[in-house]
Amino acid sequence: MLLIHCPYCGEERPELEFRHAGEAHIARPENIAEISDEDFAHYFFYRDNPKGVTFERWRHMHGCGRFFNAVRDSVSDKFLTTYKAGEPKPDIADAANENQINTSKGQGAK
Amino acid sequence: MSAAGANRIAGAGRLTPANTVRFTFDGKSYTGLQGDTLASALIANDVHLVGRSFKYHRPRGILSAGPEEPSALVGVRRDASRHTPNIRATVQEIHDGLDAVSQNRWPSLTFDIGALNDIGSPMFSAGFYYKTFMWPKAAWKHIYEPVIRNAAGLGVAPKEADPDNYAARYVHCDVLVIGGGVAGLTAALSAAESGARVILCDENAHPGGALRFEGEARLDGMAGHDWAVQAAGRLAAMDNVRLLTRTTAFGYYAQNFVGLVERVTDHLAAPEPDMPRERVWQVRAGKVIIAAGAIERHMVFANNDRPGIMLASAARTYLNHYGVAVGRKVGVYTANDSAYGAAFDLKRAGADIPAIVDLRDEPDAGLVEEAGVLGIRVLTGHAVTGAGGKLRVASMSVEPKKGGRTEVIPVDALIMSAGWTPSVHMFSQSRGKVAWDEETGRFLPGTYAQECASIGACNGTDGLEATVNEALAVGEAAAKAAHPKAKKPSVAISVGSAGKWAGGMVGAGPGAEAGKVVKAFVDFQNDVTAKDIRLAVQEGMHSIEHVKRFTTNGMATDQGKLSNLHGLAIAAEALDKPIPKVGLTTFRPPYTPTTFGAIVNHARGKIFDPMRRTPMHAAEAAAGAVFEDVGQWKRAWYYPRAGEDMHAAVNRECRTVREVAGMFDASTLGKIEVVGPDAAKFLNILYTNPFLKLGVGRLRYGIMCREDGFIYDDGVVGRLAEDRFHVTTTTGGAPRVLHHMEDYLQTEFPDLKVWLTSTSEQWAVIAVQGPKAREIVEPFVEGIDLSNEAFPHMSVAEGTVCGVPARVFRMSFTGEAGYEINVPADYGRMVWDAIYERGAPMGMCLYGTETMHVLRAEKGYIIVGQDTDGTVTPHDAGLSWAIGKKKTDFVGVRGLKRPDLVAEGRRQLVGLKVKDGKSVLEEGAQIVDNPKQAIPMKMIGWVSSSYWSENCGAPIAMALVENGHNRMGETLYVPMPDGVIEVEVCGTVFFDEEGGRLHG
Repeated sequence: MLLIHCPYCGEERPELEFRHAGEAHIARPENIAEISDEDFAHYFFYRDNPKGVTFERWRHMHGCGRFFNAVRDSVSDKFLTTYKAGEPKPDIADAANENQINTSKGQGAK
Repeated sequence: MSAAGANRIAGAGRLTPANTVRFTFDGKSYTGLQGDTLASALIANDVHLVGRSFKYHRPRGILSAGPEEPSALVGVRRDASRHTPNIRATVQEIHDGLDAVSQNRWPSLTFDIGALNDIGSPMFSAGFYYKTFMWPKAAWKHIYEPVIRNAAGLGVAPKEADPDNYAARYVHCDVLVIGGGVAGLTAALSAAESGARVILCDENAHPGGALRFEGEARLDGMAGHDWAVQAAGRLAAMDNVRLLTRTTAFGYYAQNFVGLVERVTDHLAAPEPDMPRERVWQVRAGKVIIAAGAIERHMVFANNDRPGIMLASAARTYLNHYGVAVGRKVGVYTANDSAYGAAFDLKRAGADIPAIVDLRDEPDAGLVEEAGVLGIRVLTGHAVTGAGGKLRVASMSVEPKKGGRTEVIPVDALIMSAGWTPSVHMFSQSRGKVAWDEETGRFLPGTYAQECASIGACNGTDGLEATVNEALAVGEAAAKAAHPKAKKPSVAISVGSAGKWAGGMVGAGPGAEAGKVVKAFVDFQNDVTAKDIRLAVQEGMHSIEHVKRFTTNGMATDQGKLSNLHGLAIAAEALDKPIPKVGLTTFRPPYTPTTFGAIVNHARGKIFDPMRRTPMHAAEAAAGAVFEDVGQWKRAWYYPRAGEDMHAAVNRECRTVREVAGMFDASTLGKIEVVGPDAAKFLNILYTNPFLKLGVGRLRYGIMCREDGFIYDDGVVGRLAEDRFHVTTTTGGAPRVLHHMEDYLQTEFPDLKVWLTSTSEQWAVIAVQGPKAREIVEPFVEGIDLSNEAFPHMSVAEGTVCGVPARVFRMSFTGEAGYEINVPADYGRMVWDAIYERGAPMGMCLYGTETMHVLRAEKGYIIVGQDTDGTVTPHDAGLSWAIGKKKTDFVGVRGLKRPDLVAEGRRQLVGLKVKDGKSVLEEGAQIVDNPKQAIPMKMIGWVSSSYWSENCGAPIAMALVENGHNRMGETLYVPMPDGVIEVEVCGTVFFDEEGGRLHG
């Protein structure tokens, strides 16, 4: 079972308290009613699914209830960092260094 | 001769001769000693034949003295429901009354019909299932598989439920030490003396590991095993240490989460009834120290599976720990030094050692000299090419490696050692990558993936002194990592001599090379021979993963603890590649077989899944309700009266609601309180309907879509105040709708001032529906004018009912005028009883979910998830009116414009009338427009809801049909196994089409 650091509670808690909520940093277009079919497809259907460093959303479902973002290595399952919703995408290299994780493989994030 | 077996050696071993234990094997009674395993007690009684093999039914004995055992698998029985199959005799401790039976034999262990498989074995080579049982196709399911399943397989599981309890605990520690041999004990002492919180687990009854058999090891001036007992005692006495014996670390998961299973009662004759049989420890450790030791390998030669042939370290354990000689005339076959110690110990205990056959040309001169002093003949550069005997080894055939005369030497036991395989299972489970060490020919821990360290034999550390020094350093470092200010441990351990671990050989020995048609077993549990592995390579399996699956080598419950490396070496040789190029298969949990009881633990029976009951459940049960499961909820399904079946009860309930009134428990509906100055704005985004102008005190039926435009949920939303809404969801949708709302609120519209609270459990909901609904509830209601004018259909108001605060909804899911009365959950039962007492004499009935379904279908009200399947838009469902025409944004606004969603011919919800007026369609049945077309027919839709409608006097159905809205009046067909049913497409409202009754 993974331990996940909730940036709102400031604590590592067991995976059972959380729910995965898909890829992070995909904002709903403000003019959504006007966007093209292709743009809508990219917004709603297309996902990166990289092997390696991935940005994803989690919700502390059975804790504070907040949605937050996480950087996880999808190969090792290790969390590089977690941060509050709305905060900018962290620099992966920094995050990796901080956690002494080898991220040489699969830098899939755009 | 000892009472506890003819092979018990006086003065040998650590058991107490006076502590005798009676047990049975295959119905025969034997005597063993307290502390014996079933294996040691059987060998003491000169029983080597303990089972038949999986595929060939070959007689099998005891190969090891530990958890790696692949052969000696027995059933152990306490009573009819406590029969555990496939227990390794080498780890099962005996107790008075232990009842063990051999497996996979008929009619008896010594005469087994299934052994014919051994004679017919050319037919049963690797992959024979895939090749032999291909034709005819149907025969696999009905003939081949049942017969094969019956003939193969080992023990038989009990048919009764497991009556035992299992316990589970979560624990945290700074340092978890896996394995209580010299390395583990030393590391634990070192870490614990530094102040760290330590857990040490060992799978045996007592720590000690290899010190149980290594006679010459000396530590702190003590015999090795005495030191281990003393060290374990020291650890057990420390407050910061938890010492767990009979406890196996079975799984190593992410972030140093390790599963341990402690066997609590299996070794006890009469366990206390309230004791758990096993206890699972879920440990989260700061650092894991793996001190798992090494596992001795067998030699691969013809008939190496005869009972009486075993690992040298096992024979030495039986002698030095249990005081049991494995034979009187013991042959030795080795490629490694460590077997010599076993031979010397046995010789000194009085056994005859006719020869040590050493595959090496120049073994250690000191050992050869010592053998000479003891009068043991050493044949260097020789091989054992075969074993004689059937139910017990009777001889070994010895040849010079380079070829020459074969000498047949009579023996009654044969011990062997091909060397030691470091036990990297836990390291590998931690996702560490092993690396091949060319010099010593073994896989060792390479790249670490988690906070763990391997020490001792499992790390390839050879020799006692090096092991102790490594363990001291790693234990201290682990404590330092947890507590930077940890004190320096005051542990110092002086080391005497001990045997060597490195060296040996892998693969098939002489006499079992390519081209030789002999049964030289690599994997004893799955009956895989060296020849099978070569055949796999020959047939094109070039990856070890394929070889493994084709031959099943290493796929038995022992997970190839003995066989993996041999199998790999034979495959590598056949492929003419170096071993590391062929690769090692992945180790996965559990390390050794773990019971379902331990894993399932408390989560069984009634507490497998939470059961949710409404506040009125007991009243409904008392009224005779039959309940159905809806998710975790128990919902009243129907209320049969004497003599009524479900059909009759539902028909009566349906009639009564429309003619008089009915009362229904709607408490399971999801409820969300949406509050805040921006609440209306928020709901306007989440629902397709317009919400900005919904008046206070008014209700609106809302449709919720996902961004893709498909219906996600529906429900009635009531506005209680400018800034307060009472939202209802489907019963099953409550959690995901709240999640969906929170997602938009927190991440897309965080500036909106809205607060969401789940109130599903806070309100009990009592629906009273029917022409007499108002008359029934009116006397209980205060503060609300229930008249049609003041409180029309789709209104909500707060007041009191039976004197308790209530929210009363004038709404209907039946098509009748009615009320849904929300009261705080604790008052639900009181209000329910009060209304029932008044309503029943007036002719009101209780109705359940089945009647609710029929009544709503008569009115064409959809159920999300039944009449929609995640690909249905509001337009498809005939609910276009629920989409706010002037709204520029709501969730799904763009999705609904996608080309496929606006295309002609989509599946649309329609009603179906059955032409014969009596057949009730099957829900899920497929619909075609021409029943005479060739099979497979083109299916144009399916039936989503179907019932007998007593009120219409006819069957009614709803269906999703291609272009359905444009097919009104068309005849379609529902082909069923016993004939085609003709239907006519119609609107979805079957009863009171104008809806006048709602306003009555």
